[in-house]
Amino acid sequence: MNAAPALGTAPIDAETLEAFVYEEARLIDEKRFDEWLDLFDEDGLYWMPLTRGQPDGINHTSLFHEDALLLRIRIERLKNPHSFSQHRPSHCQHVLQRPRVETRDDEAGMYVLRTPFIYVEAQADDQLLLAGVSWLHLVRRGGRLRIRLKKVELVNCDAALPSIELFP
Amino acid sequence: MRPYRDDPQRLRALVREDRVHRDVYIDPEVFELEMQRLWRRAWLYVGHDSQIPEPGDYYTTTLAREPVIMMRGQDKQVRVLMNRCAHKGAQLVSATHGHCEGGLLRCPYHGWTYRLDGSLRTIPLRAGYEGTALEETQAGHGLVGLADVVNYRGFVFARLSPQGMDFADYFAGSLSSIDNMVDRSPEGRLQVAGGVLRYQHDCNWKMFIENLNDTMHPMVAHESAAGTAKKLWAGQSPDAPKPMAIEQFLPFVNGYDFFDKMGVRIYPNGHSYTGVHFSIHSAYSAIGEYEQRLEQAYGAERARAILGEVRHNTVYYPNLTIKGAIQSIRVARPIAVDKTLIESWTFRLVGAPEKLLQRTVLYTRLINAPTSVVGHDDRHCYRAMQEGLHAQGNDWVSLHRNFSAAERERIAGDYNGTSEVSMRGQFRAWATLMESGS
Repeated sequence: MNAAPALGTAPIDAETLEAFVYEEARLIDEKRFDEWLDLFDEDGLYWMPLTRGQPDGINHTSLFHEDALLLRIRIERLKNPHSFSQHRPSHCQHVLQRPRVETRDDEAGMYVLRTPFIYVEAQADDQLLLAGVSWLHLVRRGGRLRIRLKKVELVNCDAALPSIELFP
Repeated sequence: MRPYRDDPQRLRALVREDRVHRDVYIDPEVFELEMQRLWRRAWLYVGHDSQIPEPGDYYTTTLAREPVIMMRGQDKQVRVLMNRCAHKGAQLVSATHGHCEGGLLRCPYHGWTYRLDGSLRTIPLRAGYEGTALEETQAGHGLVGLADVVNYRGFVFARLSPQGMDFADYFAGSLSSIDNMVDRSPEGRLQVAGGVLRYQHDCNWKMFIENLNDTMHPMVAHESAAGTAKKLWAGQSPDAPKPMAIEQFLPFVNGYDFFDKMGVRIYPNGHSYTGVHFSIHSAYSAIGEYEQRLEQAYGAERARAILGEVRHNTVYYPNLTIKGAIQSIRVARPIAVDKTLIESWTFRLVGAPEKLLQRTVLYTRLINAPTSVVGHDDRHCYRAMQEGLHAQGNDWVSLHRNFSAAERERIAGDYNGTSEVSMRGQFRAWATLMESGS
């Protein structure tokens, strides 16, 4: 997205917003994690609740509830040659349904998109299939869109799960 | 070769004082015997009584793969009943938590009903059993309830086998870790809160349990996670306030000396705890107001003593491990010889600031979740052992570190933190609990 032309102050059309969602997933799937992290606002959050309708990630455990620092630790760890759980590297693929703009506030430059998805994470002979709905809360800042919140609601968030090592 | 079931000497020979045969981890028959012997004779953690506050409230789980209901009766007593209709065996309730309307359990298949203590109440068209031997069988009486259930300060334990050690003899002094966790509440009360993480592991249950007092692995296995956190934080000015997550990650890469001096205390029957003198939880920032509330409740001296006890992991062999210092527990649920489910639960310290709950919620997510980078490291190592132990040519797993002949006489006591004595203690209990006979 860095190469995209700077956004003005005019309302952002749905196509541009949808393209952002597709690109965000693609950066993960292509393991361009630094570029992915760069999409997040300074106070951005990547949240995957542990239960349905979970009000927050502070008083209740989540699967992910990561600010920029925790995401950075995760991404740097993946580059560390002593990340033994990644000596057989994990690979992932998002398959997205067309995103829909759920709310827009053009004046504030804030948009919320809802995207149902299927996500596969594979490691050697094991394959994990997850599905759910991803909510992207975007804000226009410094001439581009940034993620305030990516909230991933898994269909089976409360199931017993094996390791999830990448980013659904 | 005769199966282990019929050959007590061969089974006994799997465990030596300083090493164990790889079959204890990879042989399906040994696993089945563990479920039938060790896990039935040991005291198992079932659940916490705050999960079922009212009469008729229940919580379902498994003990050694057997489905059970932890039920609060009309008399407020907590019972553990087999989740199996006396008639044809259907599980009576399938939700994890629930409430029995009208004070009775009703089978979803043929409508047999039971009182909350498990006794049979009604059978539709009961006349159809007249003249039959129903009354002479368990079906005529109701659900099988466990006779040996103890609610220790909210922690409910049960023994599946009618024969075995008394609760107090089995756990003895190790219960002081539960005491410390409960005492950390100004009201002396814990409540399950913050959700439960359920993490599938491709390993034998013992690998997980052993790891809880294994202090030689964090600086190696967790270097990539905690070491990365440390490196990223190193760029900060020294007086920058440390985020709680950084405080929690960094001690995982403390040096060998730290973990050695931390100490480990061994009790009989496989129980132990690391962190006799201090632990990875010792250097957390104080949470304002909490200490005052504790002092108001207990007096300054006693409050200091409670907070001064900062144990690392206590193992209640074979299925419970606890972290009193941050009020969290993990429960091992064996599924197969190479499959174990680990549940992580957190607690609210009743009467303490909510920040304490937030701290344990953060910790359990960072360390115990299926998404945890620390969890990934551990799980990888367990699985690597589970697969590696299929190699032939070396049948033995070494537990020699700091072994001393004095352990033969008496293993209970205090040792240096990096000793493998806790694992030797577990296998000593294993050998006894695996003996043939009732």
